[in-house]
Amino acid sequence: MKLTVKLFATFRQGRFAEAELELAEGTTLGSLADGLRIPREEIGILMVGGRHAELAHRPAPGDVVAIFPLLGGG
Amino acid sequence: MPEAALADFLRSRAEGDLLPWAAQVEGAARSGAGLAEVELAALRAGLLPARYRRNRSTLTVEDQLRLHLSRVGIVGCGGLGGYLVEELARLGVGTLVLVDPDVFEEHNLNRQLLSTPARLGAAKVEVARDRVAEVNPAATVVAHREALSAANGARLLAGCSAVADGLDSVRVRRELAAVCRGLGVPLVHGAIAGWYGQVAVQLPGADLSPLLRETPGGKGIETALGNPAFTPAVVASLQVAEVAKLLLGRGKALAGRVLHLDLLEMRFEELPLG
Repeated sequence: MKLTVKLFATFRQGRFAEAELELAEGTTLGSLADGLRIPREEIGILMVGGRHAELAHRPAPGDVVAIFPLLGGG
Repeated sequence: MPEAALADFLRSRAEGDLLPWAAQVEGAARSGAGLAEVELAALRAGLLPARYRRNRSTLTVEDQLRLHLSRVGIVGCGGLGGYLVEELARLGVGTLVLVDPDVFEEHNLNRQLLSTPARLGAAKVEVARDRVAEVNPAATVVAHREALSAANGARLLAGCSAVADGLDSVRVRRELAAVCRGLGVPLVHGAIAGWYGQVAVQLPGADLSPLLRETPGGKGIETALGNPAFTPAVVASLQVAEVAKLLLGRGKALAGRVLHLDLLEMRFEELPLG
């Protein structure tokens, strides 16, 4: 299945800002992050089609996934 | 001196409807009231303390009175917190409740407004109290030198009209968000890391926990990126604008959405939250 993946902030470094990826059906967002070598503990906002999603979520073909790093400083 | 007599005195010293600072100080000395009470008496009499003159057109005398009567919690008095304290005190918020257990350290000097070499080792809430006393003596500070937790949060923040997040831990932010939900107090969240920041408002009944993912370390990418001078200033200023709107019931709150800032690409993304 094809997914559009948008990466933000530091996640773009050495990767991409937006790409269309081909993934096996049933792939979870966690596995998607693993495949992109994005450490799961660094993920802050995770969205599918403009809605908040969890790492265990399995996106559907054509979904747009957005991944932002976790910001915790003050 | 009864309030009516104080108001008469203040009117006699007003220039138009502006009350000069010297008259505010004299009113306090004559009446035995504090500067905060004199400011309240002036605003109730329709007089604008002249220090707020440039708030005009943005804020009315009634708005200024509402701010004076407001109590705002600032949790964390470091990078974000220093600017939150400074801006809310200058804006004219009457009471600031400050919560922070820490002292200033050398690595704070690159960005934390209230840190100076002379104040290394001093408690952040005490330095913040001194700063407010210097900047706006008519503002009242309630300082708690302790770490906010689920256990003490309701006690520390009771009576606040709004709370601003200046924390440096995702884990404690989750606790703060829960405390604010429990109290039914709006929370203005801000967080930073390097060139990046985010701002969001949790109104009573809402939940911004999706922004605060639970991770083993309870920290974000700031542990690798650090925080430069400008990111906390930008994010805290956006937070103060949101606090002002909440207190005044004006504009459109940044609720049900999150603003994500990338200062390196200079792109602001607004995302739905929920």
